Amino acid sequence: MTHVKITMAQALNQALRDAMKADDTVLVFGEDVGALGGVFRITDGLTAEFGEDRCFDTPLAESGIVGMAVGLAMNGMRPVVEMQFDAFGYPAFEQIVSHVAKMRNRTRGKITLPMVIRMPYAGGIGGVEHHCDSSESYYAHTPGLTVVAPATVADAYTLLRKAIEFPDPVVFMEPKKLYWAKEEVDLTESQPGIGTAVVRRDGADATLIAYGPTVPVALEAAEVAAAEGRQLTVVDLRSIVPFDDVTVCAAVRRTGRAVVVAEASGFASVSSEIVARVTERCFHSLAAPIRRVTGFDIPYPPPKLEKHQLPGVDRILDAVDDLQWEDS
Amino acid sequence: MTTVEERLLPSAEPVRLIDQDGVFHDHPSYLKPASDLLVDGYAQLVKGRRINDQASALVRQGRLAVYPSSHGQEACQIAATMVLRDGDWLFPTYRDIVSIVSRGVDPIEALTLLRGDWHCGYDPYERNVAPQTTPLATQLIHAVGVAHAARLKGEDTVVVAMCGDGATSEGDFHEALNFAAVFKAPVVFFIQNNEYAISVPLAKQSVAPSLAHKGIGYGVPGEQADGNDLAGLLAVLGQAVEKARAGEGPQLVEAHTYRVQAHTNADDAGRYRHEDEVTPWLDRDPIKRLEAYLTQEGLLDDAVKQRAEEDAAQVATALRDGLMPEPVVDPADLFEHLYTEPTPQLKEQAAFLRDELAREEA
Repeated sequence: MTHVKITMAQALNQALRDAMKADDTVLVFGEDVGALGGVFRITDGLTAEFGEDRCFDTPLAESGIVGMAVGLAMNGMRPVVEMQFDAFGYPAFEQIVSHVAKMRNRTRGKITLPMVIRMPYAGGIGGVEHHCDSSESYYAHTPGLTVVAPATVADAYTLLRKAIEFPDPVVFMEPKKLYWAKEEVDLTESQPGIGTAVVRRDGADATLIAYGPTVPVALEAAEVAAAEGRQLTVVDLRSIVPFDDVTVCAAVRRTGRAVVVAEASGFASVSSEIVARVTERCFHSLAAPIRRVTGFDIPYPPPKLEKHQLPGVDRILDAVDDLQWEDS
Repeated sequence: MTTVEERLLPSAEPVRLIDQDGVFHDHPSYLKPASDLLVDGYAQLVKGRRINDQASALVRQGRLAVYPSSHGQEACQIAATMVLRDGDWLFPTYRDIVSIVSRGVDPIEALTLLRGDWHCGYDPYERNVAPQTTPLATQLIHAVGVAHAARLKGEDTVVVAMCGDGATSEGDFHEALNFAAVFKAPVVFFIQNNEYAISVPLAKQSVAPSLAHKGIGYGVPGEQADGNDLAGLLAVLGQAVEKARAGEGPQLVEAHTYRVQAHTNADDAGRYRHEDEVTPWLDRDPIKRLEAYLTQEGLLDDAVKQRAEEDAAQVATALRDGLMPEPVVDPADLFEHLYTEPTPQLKEQAAFLRDELAREEA
């Protein structure tokens, strides 16, 4: 059991490397993933170690990348493809929605597609237009996909390994602003699998529900709240689909109040789904309507304005303050 | 030394070995297929025509939801599978039922999509026939993936990926050709240019000299053939498949044919084309011309013809009988196949539907 201090980017790289070592059919490909090692260096060194047949650059065409992965998966491979940025994944949307998501269902399970679509996503890095979208709702809304978003270094490793081993297609959303976050981790340590949410912090007064890039923000908010005398639970979803109703609802029932924190625009989103399903299940435990802290319903702003879009500690604490404490 | 143009551009005229009067013509680049292949092909054409016409009739009787017929395009349908070996793959579209059946898939299973009891009724791995694809050209890139996987495994598999003229305007057509070329994937892209994408004629689809010319931009050799001449198609497709198998990379073949009937039974071709345009194509019928040729050559005696007719009648009966009873559908199927392990939410929804159905029955 060796603890190492590594970044999320390094953990993802290690996950790919270990998966490729463990299984010859794992192939990694996409744009700039070869010699360059990916624009975020997630595939660094893989071509050198495993050769061009295992980790390779493709022509610059996302539909082609995902479509080719479908064919490779149909014929015995486990492709792991990279969409260079969230918003550059849209050309592949038809392939993802009409084929990746539906293949197993339309063939009554005759064809399964063990493939992973990795997608650096969300903002907070000063990226220019089309580099900071939170596109998870499109995929979460599509039956047949499994949608995962790690928030910690350990989870980045574990969830990517599990996604690659998963029998069905996984959209793996990597919060790009956390790529450089460092943690001391033991990668051999067993973590919960896909479909399981985790309580990152326990507190009796209210629950913050977050995933991906908003988990550290929620934890920071909980820290400040504690100093101010309010104890907050923080639930890290880890897996958007399947959704862990059990863990989320248990936390909300215990605390009676909840705030959902997500970067994506709020309208018709994962956050609205969370509010709807938790309200349906926990109505009688709720002392106040569930609040949301999300991005505004606007295209992701340019770098100089992005701080207004991102859920921050103050906004979260304001939302917590609004949970009708005076009535209790 | 051959020039780039010589290597990549198609013949100036579509390759035609047997003309519409059934007369054979020598071709500088293509040999006549063996006689027994042509006789076998004839029987398959007759059977294919019966499948098309029987299926169309079954739509009128309400036994199929819809049927996009390949009536008149049967030579393309048959040739696409005749050039394949058992381990090879076929990627068909919604109009390629005859190909699918000629590959050995059970006709009733092949018609599942169009009957409406499920999306894909056959096991794609049984005869290496991918599920029919309705979104245009999307399957072509899957074909590249299957071919590339085979190459990585050291297999000499070839994939024939079918599409129509309209599909060549889609982005995935271009991405598929480019990916196949870059990865040297053993794929034969086979365009059945039947002149129409529902109502839009080829002239509004593309001004390329031919659709086979589209290969040169990707470094993919293109060739064009008369799509109603089984002999020419077998020669051209056969050569393309062998080149792909030999490691020469992807090939593009365009067959010039014609959609004699409407897009589907739900379409009204009278709104966009005149009958006068259709009539000459009836004279170019693929069965008629092969029959004329084989008869002249003394290869088609009454016994062979009768056997072909009997085979065709048999498949027509199988279609009628197989599609007559209401299909058995199971609502549990709605939830069961989406994931290897259904999500908790799907289990809840499946239980909800079960309860609802139980209440309805009670």
